[in-house]
Order: sequence, then structure tokens, then C-alpha cells
Amino acid sequence: MSIGATSPPEPLTSAGPADDPLVIAGRSFTSRLLLGTGKFPSSAVMGAAARAAGAEIVTVALRRVDLDAGEDDDILSALDIDEILILTNTSGAVDADEAVRLARLARAAGLPEWIKLEVTPDPRYLLPDAVETLKAAERLVADGFVVLPYINADPVLAKRLEEAGCATVMPLGSWIGSNQGLRTRAAIEIIVEQALVPVVVDAGIGAPSHAAEAMEIGADAVLVNTAIGTAADPVAMAAAFRLAVEAGRAGSRAGLPATRPSASASSPLTGFLDAPPVTVPVQ
Amino acid sequence: MTTTAIALSTRPDGVPDGTAAADLQTVDLASLRAHAAGATGVDVDRALGRSRRDLGDFAALISPAAGGRLEEMAARAHGTTVRRFGHTMHLFAPLYLSNECVSVCTYCGFSAGNDIARRTLTPDEVAAEGAALVEAGFRHLLLVAGEHARIVSKGYLRDCVAALASVVPQVSLEVQVWDTATYQGLVAAGADGLVVYQETYDRSTYAAVHRLGKKRNYDWRLAAPDRGAEAGMRRLGIGALFGLHDDWRAEALAVAAHARALLRRWWRCEVTVSLPRLRPCAGAAGPPPGTLDDHHFVQLLCALRLLLPDVGLVLSTREAPAFRDAVVGLGVTHLSAGSHTEPGGYTGPSDAEPQFSVADERSPAEVAAVLRGAGYDPVWKDWQRS
Repeated sequence: MSIGATSPPEPLTSAGPADDPLVIAGRSFTSRLLLGTGKFPSSAVMGAAARAAGAEIVTVALRRVDLDAGEDDDILSALDIDEILILTNTSGAVDADEAVRLARLARAAGLPEWIKLEVTPDPRYLLPDAVETLKAAERLVADGFVVLPYINADPVLAKRLEEAGCATVMPLGSWIGSNQGLRTRAAIEIIVEQALVPVVVDAGIGAPSHAAEAMEIGADAVLVNTAIGTAADPVAMAAAFRLAVEAGRAGSRAGLPATRPSASASSPLTGFLDAPPVTVPVQ
Repeated sequence: MTTTAIALSTRPDGVPDGTAAADLQTVDLASLRAHAAGATGVDVDRALGRSRRDLGDFAALISPAAGGRLEEMAARAHGTTVRRFGHTMHLFAPLYLSNECVSVCTYCGFSAGNDIARRTLTPDEVAAEGAALVEAGFRHLLLVAGEHARIVSKGYLRDCVAALASVVPQVSLEVQVWDTATYQGLVAAGADGLVVYQETYDRSTYAAVHRLGKKRNYDWRLAAPDRGAEAGMRRLGIGALFGLHDDWRAEALAVAAHARALLRRWWRCEVTVSLPRLRPCAGAAGPPPGTLDDHHFVQLLCALRLLLPDVGLVLSTREAPAFRDAVVGLGVTHLSAGSHTEPGGYTGPSDAEPQFSVADERSPAEVAAVLRGAGYDPVWKDWQRS
């Protein structure tokens, strides 16, 4: 792109969304920002935030959906469901049985067979139950669902869920809704290193910089809810997260330089070897 | 769900080990009360500055020293609530089944000594009331009844719960306390929440206001949330009726300590705390001895939110509209709306005596509109049954 060009900026050639799709269970997505739908001041604001985020996957809690209303449900009607994949979540399920039951109810109601699996027996920190999550995942995969499980940042569990046929793994950055960022960064780095399925960092991402950090360390996508839904301007914050996710992804693909504990001048000891020959003036 | 069996099926002397009620007995409430009286500005600063607070911090936050820091407390309480619960407000409605009662309690319109019009809805009438509430938008109902084990029996309650469970996803109970086996039967019928206000945590006041009936047994009532949790209830609601005891800070400390004990003991349960203030009712003799004025109410509400960031805080139609609208942003997460406290009040005029006079008579739609105007999304439905 030439300086001073009047045409709109082109996508980054090395990391533009167009040539770098996120592929989950064989389906391609341009956006790597998944959005949750809780905590917004209204469904209208949530829908506007989804558009500003460019989100193509939006997760909706079945427990909040009025199944009798169908597409007229307050939450679903705020989303362009021709463009956006509704990822039903099992929020509120306390064990595998409940999660499986909620997933089947979602399917029976005509919602997509994509399930964000959440099994959180503790209603305060909403931490996922690893044992019940794995049980539910095995049953849902066998039942034909595309399963995206919310998990603690446990690399072995991530591999077990991958082997069970899950479409992604979704490790938490920190407690859901805490906005504390990537407290589990070291474990997520191991999960990213080992994963054969996309890694979506879910929960705890409280600022665009956190999202960029997750993408920079190699996560394939992030899911954000509280930081957008409770922002002073949720729509503007959604746009900010979109930029951060794209920047973090671009940075990751561009090859981040290694960090160093201290400043380093270029070759202070051996630089003389490559120095241009000194011209000695002829006297 | 697995629970540790604790022998709660029989009526004990005192409270059984292994319960939040027993844990509460070990809390030194007297020392905390002294701290709430003598806390300094430095104590308040420290309590406000911490990210995780304990009961000592809570005592400082309800102290007179913190009374001048309400704006700061309110800002923190608001921020904490929004981060945890978002810009949402849960709406529910009480459904009064019966005002029959064999207990004599000085503060309640249903008290056995009162010469009032009594009525008990049939399960069909309960279903009709439920349908009217569903039509108004509600998906969470709280069934309330007086204490009458023959008329408001276990079987009757099971029938009422079953009649509603097919139309609403969340059914809570606020009725006389029962044993674990009875709660298990109610859970099987579709109940998933149990509300038991201790009314007052002060034993001498408790004895004075509960003059006759089974409700006189303080410990049996105190351990009822434990029995409900053991039976599989997902939500536990507790509270004190402010105004019965003349020391609101002592009540506040006890209810806060009880909530913390429940959270530790029953970690799978969602706990809610209510702050009902005594309202005029039939048979009430004079003004209540201990008033919790609006300033202190707000101080307590904010202090509870700062101690218990994840706990639901409930505000009923006992409070006036302007006050309800003003405190919604300060930590409240659950509101009742359009309430009738007389059996049969939703399907037509009922001549039955209400439990107390409602202060906020706005319709559910009006309350929802006010919430939306204040930037809150009313949440009517929060669970999905199969």
C-alpha cells in the first residue's frame, strides 16, 4: 500500500482475517472474537455490540431463552441469526446429566447442535467441574453435538477432551467475570502448544489488552462477555475488542520477537568484526 | 447431586453438627458487635480497601464511623454488583397459598390470634394464580403460606408445587420449616428454592415475638436451610425482619455470618439475603421497637454487597417505589413486583387478609419499565426445566 493512497486500508497481508480463517468442526469463521450475551443493559445493546464486535459466534444461555417464543425470544431476536452462529451454553448445569439435558432441549427447540459446555456446580466462582465436564462431553459428542467445553486451564484435561472429540477447548484466563486477565497464562501456553483443536480463551478477559495477549500467545480465539456487557459503552468496547483481537492475531502470526530480561545493544563485544573498514587518511 | 448425610430428619435439641447453623454458633458475634460500635476511620479505610473482606471488615462497614462514608460505599457496592451480575435484575413474585396459621407471632397478619378472613387456595386455584403471574411475565414464583401442618400439609404443598412446576422453571418455598425428608419430596415435585427468614437472630427477642406454635423452636428453624440444602434445594434464602430486635447491627452481623456459613457448608447452593423491614399488619401493636432507617438500610445493603460479592440481595414490595428505584443500583439483584400478599389476590379480588400491606403497588410491567429506564435488563427467566 502506497503512502497517501486514498483507497480504504487493505487487510494486513500477513495476518488479515480474510486469509486466516478460524476453523471449528469444519466450519470457517472470519472473526476470532466470540461474544457472550449476559450482563448487558438490554438485548438491543447486546445486539449492537455483537455487530460492533464483528462476532460470528455468540453464546446464549438456554436458561435465559424463552423457548416458547422461539425466534421471537428477546435475546435471539436481537441477533442476526442468519449471519451469527448461536452457540447455546449449558450455564447453570451442576452436573453432566443436567448439561446433557439442556443440550438436548436446545436441539429439540431448533437451536444449532453447537454447544458450549459449562458444568459449574459452584455458583459463586462458577469454576468448571473437570470430572462432570469430561463425562458430559463424551455423551454429547456421541450424541452428535459439536462440543466446545469451558474448562480450567488444565493441559491434561484439554487433551482428554480433544481425544473425546470436542471441537475446541476453552480454558479460562481467570475466574468468570473477574476481569483479571490471563492469570493462567503459563498453563494456556502449554495447552496452545499441545492442542490439535482450536483453543478459545474464555473468562477473565477484562480489557482489550488481555484479548490481544491471549491471541499473541497463540490462542485461536477469545470469548468475551463481562468486559463488554458491563462497559460504560458496550458497543464501543466491542469494537475495541475486535481491534485488539485482530492486532493480537496479527502479532502472533508476524512472529513475536523473544523477550529479554535486560536491554541489549547490538553485539557490543563482537560488533567490530562486522564494522566497515576504517579508512585511514593518507598523510 | 451428592450430599453428605447429616442426621437432620429428627427434631434435635440445639443444632446438629455439620451444619451452617452449628457453624454460626461458633462465631463470636459479641466481639464483632463491639467492633461495629467502636470501629475507627482507619478500620473503615482498611475494610474498604481490601479485595476480600471478613466479618471484622463487615462490622467496620456497618459502624457509626462508616455512616459518613455512604457515597464511597455505594460506589464500590455498585461496581461490585455490576461486575458480578451485570446490568440485570431478577424479578419474581410471591404467590400466597394460605393465610391459615396456628402460630402466634406479634408481627404477622396471619397470626392465629387475629380475627381475620382466612383462605386456603386449592391446587387448581394455585395453578390459576400461577397462570396469571406467568401472563404478567414471571418465571420464578415464591410460594408463601402460614403455618398450619394440617391445612398447609406436606401433601398439599407437594400438590401446589407440582401444579406450578409445569408452567414456571423456578419454584421457591417460604412456608413453615420441615424435615429433610419432606424437603426431598418437595424437591422431587419441582421446588428448587427454600426461603427461611430467622426473623430475629436474638434469642430473647425471638422468644418474645413467637408466643405460641412450632415456630417457637429457634434452633429447628435455624437449621432449616441446612435441611433444605441436604434435600437438594439449589437456592437458599435467609433474612432477618428488621424492626423486631432493637439492635439492627447485631441482626446484620448474625445474618451476614449465617450467609457466610451457608456458603462454606453448602458450596453448591446459591444464597440470597433479604432485608425486610417491618410493615403495618393486622394485630400489630404500635411501632416496631427497632427501626432501620433509610440511611442505615443503605449502609447495610452496601456492606453486605462488599462482604458477599456473589450473593443475591433481595428487595420486596415492603419498600416504597421511590426508595426501591433509588437503591436498585446499590447491590440489589432480586426484586419482587406487583405483589399481592393475600391468597387469591392475582386472579380477582380476594377478601382474605394480607400478610402485610404492600408499599410498592406498581404493576410488574411498570417496575420493568422503570428498570429499563435505569439501564437494567429485567430477567424473568433464569432456568430451564426439561
